[in-house]
Amino acid sequence: MPTAIKFENISKQYRLGLVSTRTLSHDLNRWWQMNILRKEDPYLKIGEVNDRAHKGSSEYVWALKDINFEVEQGDVVGIIGKNGAGKSTLLKILSKVTTPTTGTIKAKGRIASLLEVGTGFHPEMTGKENIYMNGAIMGMTRNDINRKFDEIVDFAGVERYIDTPVKRYSSGMTVRLGFAVAAFLEPEILVVDEVLAVGDAEFQKKAIGKMQDVSRGDGRTVLFVSHNMGSIASLCNKGVFFNKGSIAYIGDINDTISLYISEGARESVILGKNPHNDIYLQEIRIINMQGKTTNNIAYNEKVGIKFELGINKFISNATLSFILYDAKLNPITTSHYALSFKSKTITAYLPAQFLLAGNYYLKPVLHIPNVRFLDICDDYLSFRIEDSGSIYSIYNRSEFGFVNINTLWSENS
Amino acid sequence: MEDIQQEWTTVIKPKGHLLDIDFKEIWRYRDLWRMYVKRDIITSYKQTILGPLWFFIQPAMTTIMYMVVFGGIAGISTDGLPQPLFYLAGICMWNYFSECLNRTSSTFTTNADIFGKVYFPRLVVPMATVTSSLIRMAIQLLLFIVVYVFYLIKGVHVHPNLYLSLFPLLIVMMAGLSLGFGILISSLTTKYRDLTLLFSFIVQLWMYATPVIYPLSVMSAKRQWIMGLNPLTSIVETFKYGALGTGTFSWGMLAYSFGFMLVLLVIGIIVFNKVQRSFMDTV
Repeated sequence: MPTAIKFENISKQYRLGLVSTRTLSHDLNRWWQMNILRKEDPYLKIGEVNDRAHKGSSEYVWALKDINFEVEQGDVVGIIGKNGAGKSTLLKILSKVTTPTTGTIKAKGRIASLLEVGTGFHPEMTGKENIYMNGAIMGMTRNDINRKFDEIVDFAGVERYIDTPVKRYSSGMTVRLGFAVAAFLEPEILVVDEVLAVGDAEFQKKAIGKMQDVSRGDGRTVLFVSHNMGSIASLCNKGVFFNKGSIAYIGDINDTISLYISEGARESVILGKNPHNDIYLQEIRIINMQGKTTNNIAYNEKVGIKFELGINKFISNATLSFILYDAKLNPITTSHYALSFKSKTITAYLPAQFLLAGNYYLKPVLHIPNVRFLDICDDYLSFRIEDSGSIYSIYNRSEFGFVNINTLWSENS
Repeated sequence: MEDIQQEWTTVIKPKGHLLDIDFKEIWRYRDLWRMYVKRDIITSYKQTILGPLWFFIQPAMTTIMYMVVFGGIAGISTDGLPQPLFYLAGICMWNYFSECLNRTSSTFTTNADIFGKVYFPRLVVPMATVTSSLIRMAIQLLLFIVVYVFYLIKGVHVHPNLYLSLFPLLIVMMAGLSLGFGILISSLTTKYRDLTLLFSFIVQLWMYATPVIYPLSVMSAKRQWIMGLNPLTSIVETFKYGALGTGTFSWGMLAYSFGFMLVLLVIGIIVFNKVQRSFMDTV
């Protein structure tokens, strides 16, 4: 397959801090150095690798650094990475919302991005008017839309309300309408940034199906950014794993996902002291019954999660939670514990014979419920449940699910 | 090399040339311009009690205010014309200019949300603004015409003449001036917010430097020359001259204003084009 997009040495530098610190003097200095003294941009040199967790010494930061890769025509590429790894920046550059600091992107065909819900929609305008408005924003002409209008309305399933102002639409209908316009835009390259997270289940299926038609049927190229490994795995054939503004891995989507998940997933995470937060996570370990740190726990044993907190100032509503994920990072359950006194060590136990054999991930969060996050652990903790003679082990089939519950069976006579 | 054989249709580079303005692209997006105009019109009528009536009330009230303050208390001459007619003529012209200016000068800040998500030639938005403001101007002009006809019937001596046919040109010039100045302000204020205050102050004062509430003829010849440096002076004066038959008219001054507009528009477009490429990082 020929190349559809070619990224060459793409880098993007951002200046940290408040926008209002942007001063005339800084700019004048830069201008003086570059245009009068003919020197290099004085602020370009001092940037460093983007790492949210550590405070850098420079106020300039590389959101992307030397990105080189090619996308073949017809590929559906999943772009994964932690928050702040540079995924969205890359898509923004690709969709021309912002420019790269260095480097070039070359592409064949029209690039369009699937917009967030309701972008460019005006609530006072009718569905029909918004279709034309939205289409025009994405570069369609009136004739393009006229030709596809019936299909768009049909796909969105809003025939009855087409002359009703969009403010009367449910959010699901608005999303459907928005996606329908984008789906019939038929660009050669489609850029999607986590928009599918919204909308009802039926629509999500439809949208994903449409995207697959787009790429397989007509040889179109799709770039897809999401944190949902499930939809990435089902949709994409290639993966790019971004880490701190650089590409950590490119390849088959399943390899990329497993690398991403295993990267930084350990039986213990030591975050260290943090003087900036009132309450923070200092150390988290997976322990067995003997209190030993391990990532292998038997089915018959409890899984212990030991949290060491750092407390600079106690906050009364602080809650410690963790999210439990399956091997594909789909959440299974969440557990919460309201911190009641100044104890720094807290242990949570998942009951024995609860999780079935397999790999699991865990993410700790400190928060004030519904108000704000106090601290989030960026890495996943991982552990494996070994089958030590569960009832499931006598069966060959593997699709058991993840948890064992004490079902009450009874016979009716 | 291989690159040359392949046909790249889109090339995204760090910085374009200063004069690298894609007018063809703007033309391709003409339907977007149309939709923006339509949106402006729809949204300014819906969910208001009096609807377009507001466009009458505002100039009517302003006229009355001027009659009391400038005509009554200050006793400024209106060149022998009935005060309502004189003030309305100025207000219609000035309002169009100031509205276009106010709305285009916040192009980046009010549209930051959508500009941050999708690319289209940003110039489409202020161009649509200047167009949709014409509707409001037309409604105010209607009020002017009503008052005008009233005074004609009453037998007041107003002398409309051939120079009135310059009206479309005057509109184009005002649109050009407000667009050029508006996008220039918009571009500068994305980076340095403190400039917003400065510009709103300037626009406020600008009206008093334009013969809206007084005729140019009350000035001494020297002052008239200074006033002529204001590109709006000749536009407002030409309109009053053509419609009412009083005031001053000079082809030279009009040509100066036209040239001023062209230069301002070119500078505005160049700066706007430069800022639009990177403003998402600074806004």
